[in-house]
Amino acid sequence: MPTIWLVVLLLALAAAGFYWGRARALSSAGGDARELHSLPSYYGYHVALASFVPAITVLVVWLLAQPLVIENRVSSLIPAEAVPESSTLGLVMSDVRRVAEGLDIAVEQGMLSRKEARDMDTGTQDVRALLGEVGVAVGEDVRPEILSAAQAFRNLAATGKTAMTVVVALLALGGFAWAYARTHKDFRARNVVERGVLALLILAASLAILTTVGIVLSMLFETRNFFTLHSWTDFFFGLTWAPNFRGDSELSILPLLWGTLYISFIALLVAVPVGLFAAIYLSEYASSAVRAFAKPLLEILAGIPTIVYGLFALLTVGPALVDLFGKGGLLGVEWMAGATSVLTAGLVMGVMLIPFVSSLSDDIINAVPQAMRDGSLGLGATKSETVRQVVMPAALPGIVGAILLAASRAIGETMIVVMGAGAIAKFSANPLESMTTITTRIVSQLTGDTDFASPETLVAFALGLSLFVLTLGLNVLALYIVRKYREQYD
Amino acid sequence: MNDMTLMDSTVDTQPTKIAAKNVNVYYGDSHAIKDVNVEIEDKTVTAFIGPSGCGKSTFLRCLNRMNDTIDICRVKGDILLDGEDIYDKRVDPVQLRAKVGMVFQKPNPFPKSIYDNVAYGPRIHGLAKNKAELDEIVEKSLRRGAIWDEVKDRLDAPGTGLSGGQQQRLCIARAVATEPEVLLMDEPCSALDPIATAQVEELIDELRASYSVVIVTHSMQQAARVSQKTAFFHLGNLVEFGPTGQIFTNPEDPRTESYITGRIG
Amino acid sequence: MTDFSHSTPSAATEPRKHGGSLLAQTARTRKRNAAEKRFRAYGIAAIAAGLAMLLVLVVTIVSKGTGAFQQTFVTLNVELLESKLDKNGNRDLDDIKKVTTFGYAPIIKGAMEAAVEELGIETDLKSKELAGILSKNAAAQLREYVIANPDQIGETVEFRFLASSRVDGYLKGRVHRDSIANDKNISPEQLDLVDELAAAGVLKKTFNMDFITGADASDARPEAAGMGVSMLGSLFMMFVVLALALPIGVAASIYLEEFAPQNWLTDMIEVNIANLAAVPSIVFGILGLAVFINYMHLPTSAPLVGGLVLTLMTLPTIIISTRASLKAVPPSIRDAALGVGASKMQAVFHHVLPLAAPGILTGTIIGLAQALGETAPLLLIGMVGFIASNAPESLADGLLAPNSAMPAQIYEWAKRADPAFYERAWGGIIILLIFLVTMNTLAVILRRRFERRW
Repeated sequence: MPTIWLVVLLLALAAAGFYWGRARALSSAGGDARELHSLPSYYGYHVALASFVPAITVLVVWLLAQPLVIENRVSSLIPAEAVPESSTLGLVMSDVRRVAEGLDIAVEQGMLSRKEARDMDTGTQDVRALLGEVGVAVGEDVRPEILSAAQAFRNLAATGKTAMTVVVALLALGGFAWAYARTHKDFRARNVVERGVLALLILAASLAILTTVGIVLSMLFETRNFFTLHSWTDFFFGLTWAPNFRGDSELSILPLLWGTLYISFIALLVAVPVGLFAAIYLSEYASSAVRAFAKPLLEILAGIPTIVYGLFALLTVGPALVDLFGKGGLLGVEWMAGATSVLTAGLVMGVMLIPFVSSLSDDIINAVPQAMRDGSLGLGATKSETVRQVVMPAALPGIVGAILLAASRAIGETMIVVMGAGAIAKFSANPLESMTTITTRIVSQLTGDTDFASPETLVAFALGLSLFVLTLGLNVLALYIVRKYREQYD
Repeated sequence: MNDMTLMDSTVDTQPTKIAAKNVNVYYGDSHAIKDVNVEIEDKTVTAFIGPSGCGKSTFLRCLNRMNDTIDICRVKGDILLDGEDIYDKRVDPVQLRAKVGMVFQKPNPFPKSIYDNVAYGPRIHGLAKNKAELDEIVEKSLRRGAIWDEVKDRLDAPGTGLSGGQQQRLCIARAVATEPEVLLMDEPCSALDPIATAQVEELIDELRASYSVVIVTHSMQQAARVSQKTAFFHLGNLVEFGPTGQIFTNPEDPRTESYITGRIG
Repeated sequence: MTDFSHSTPSAATEPRKHGGSLLAQTARTRKRNAAEKRFRAYGIAAIAAGLAMLLVLVVTIVSKGTGAFQQTFVTLNVELLESKLDKNGNRDLDDIKKVTTFGYAPIIKGAMEAAVEELGIETDLKSKELAGILSKNAAAQLREYVIANPDQIGETVEFRFLASSRVDGYLKGRVHRDSIANDKNISPEQLDLVDELAAAGVLKKTFNMDFITGADASDARPEAAGMGVSMLGSLFMMFVVLALALPIGVAASIYLEEFAPQNWLTDMIEVNIANLAAVPSIVFGILGLAVFINYMHLPTSAPLVGGLVLTLMTLPTIIISTRASLKAVPPSIRDAALGVGASKMQAVFHHVLPLAAPGILTGTIIGLAQALGETAPLLLIGMVGFIASNAPESLADGLLAPNSAMPAQIYEWAKRADPAFYERAWGGIIILLIFLVTMNTLAVILRRRFERRW
């Protein structure tokens, strides 16, 4: 991986820059550090930063932008008639990438020389078979336009890589030389270095925004592809989820949304009363000894990875529910066929959410001023009357916020539903039936053999985007409510 | 001073409402109240004065067992309300606090409407048989709290939206609505401006007709203005207790005199 | 004091509603106190329910998972016949490697027959059924040994073979005689033999190191599956997370806490961080799939990609806790540094940051623990089990070669049909939880040890 070597080279140059910059500054001051404007190491940092930072920035940006540029250039090479009726340019491009990737592997494994890969054409060689040999499966025979586009793709990629190496190396050396030349005892190295460091800090902080933008863009892009292949009305308003390989899949979010909300509802039905009463008891009644013992223990439940809850649902709670409601079960009813069900996932998820609700509510109840409680107790109210009629109404907005956060957690939870809820998409009110959720379908559509040209795979991005918007909305609302609530008592 | 002699004349006609005998209070290891004996009379305003941290608020909170809510607080000795020991095992603090109401330093209206704030006590104690009776209690209490005219048109507005002085009078009305026999006030004017203070002080004087009022204050002028009896606390001890006029004009204990004249405090 | 005449009439005009002795509870008070007791009981019940769930979880995990750390082995004397393993007799490693596992099967069958004969056990089982007691892995196990020790060919060595998962299950009580009626893999006669071999001490249940150090195995060989390689996968991911999330997180926190002006950009970053902390983890998986794999063409299933995804996921946690520790450093420290002429940057890096370090470290460990247990995003970038059969050989290999991670491996096992894998899944959870408990304990100790209150 030559890019790694480039980075290593940059690091080495930066280290050398530190050493030489420092040495030059000292020698310009005749070896007396007191003559320098800044501490000697600042001169070193100055050279190191100047040679490393611009170069690495360009490197990263280049790595991110190159695929986009190449994509544009190559797709303009594909004539419009080369795109079949049922397909789109984006899908043809994914074929092109696949072929190019196959050629890369073939060259790497020594089955083709670089020249052969560059000059081969579909007339003289069975490209599909060749690609098959190196483990890249192509759906149909490789058409000449696609092969030539793939070859152009490889050429551009190779040129791009060379250009990148040259530019980055020049930039690093240039930065080094420039900074080294400026190094002198009167140079204000500390101010420059500190400005540079501040810029790096800002960059790190903006990564949060970049991540959000990345999430939105990546999903938006593929969602758009999905909607060119599948009608958006069916996705949002259809009533059936039935993916198949015949090309007439019905992919509607509604049955999945129903399953998601139903399971979340059951989870909250478990978590909210238990969590809320636990929080009330801990903050209003418990002695400090009980609190010190019970609170961390309850919070362990929140630290357990969801895979553990998933396994618990699949192998313990599910079978136990079948023993109760299933055929030959204790209750003598035959209501439950398999271990996976809405109730299985909901119950286990509820347990997971208990500490989430309780610690958030605990914080919020504690934020209610003691004066409020004193006022009520001073009037002769009992503790429970105080809690129910004064503390709870006062804490209500905050608690609503906490419950919304818990709901957003439940909606986005994946492992428990993947393992405990089942795979059948349907509208049913029976909690003992298995149902499926948005997250479950995202996992199933994106694992295994995925073809990023088929609506059955791409739908996962549309589901992901819907999930993101849904949870984001809940979070923003909840955080807003909680913040307003806190301001009220600050 | 004329005024005070007048008050003095009314003082000794009242029966004892609360009698404290050898009361000691401990917060963990610290001894907050040391051997306090005091007799608080009915239909009288009794002021507790003294420098900060002298234990006057702690002692006040013993009178309706508000200290029960603090885990590390222990109370020893007897406090008798109408001759009954309020720290007796059989006494329910809830019932006690219905008889001995409390108004706090900082106005603390509940985040409810003005009406619900006042109706809170009567509702939990079941004082009203129906809505009409409750309305009547609320109106009567708000009138007694001298705030009726200001809020009668907006009883549904939240109590937290009132000004500081109004909030404190609302809290007094709220305490009065429970029909207590004793009203404890913990520096009720310390968070109020002078005008609101004057209104509340006037109110306290009116309340004397029906209740035994105990007020903690760090303002000696206030104690002189509103009370008939004054108790001076210092370092957990009850230094001197007597008619207000006498305490302010002719204190027996040198510590009281030092405090009154501003040498300690 | 003795004059009551004044007070009596006033008491009459103002009827007291709380009349009566304090010492007697009124009916209403009794009712209210009962309600109070009920309310309190609800609270206790809620706490008890939460703790009971914790207990059930722990008991389930321990009772179902400890079995995975024990495995049944059969110790046999194996004659490594030169005629089968090295026909040319020149100990050429390439020649020896040409013998496939099929070549080893007869040797194992022979060893099994010999053992039965030596112990004088009467059985009608054919030699193939005799060997069925052993794992399908046995031949591979033996081949590996021979390739590692070619000089042993021709000798008779004592060798410890894995027993098949059914035999293992029989000894652990998972497989019963009445539950194997339709089981092709084991017969009652074989179980009879197992009983006799166990009585003779040839077949024994012992501690199973391979479960902790080994790689995953195929569907038919649950007895050979181990967590080791996926543990390394997790380790490499944590390495990536630590290397990226800690510096970036600390840098972002320093900027936001110490330097950021109050403006819309700062506000936006803060809102963003708060929201990212609550974005479902699977969304980060989609991001990783779309950006790192589909767009940047990083290798699928690589711990590097997993690490990058988990870094983005952990960053908000680290930023939030780092900011809290920075905030806890009193302003007087900054003022003191500025007062002796340090620049703001120097004050932060020389004074504030070292003081906040224990808190930052604690937050980082907790963030890492969270990332270690995360599964959903890993499924989307292909880090599910049975990919790596060997431990990675180099750092680059560890980062870029396909691998799994502990939670993904557990998920993979849970999906398989054979209950023998369930035991392994629970066992894997024990290992995962041991890691998490250790990390959290470390965090708590750090906090206790270095916590400073100003």
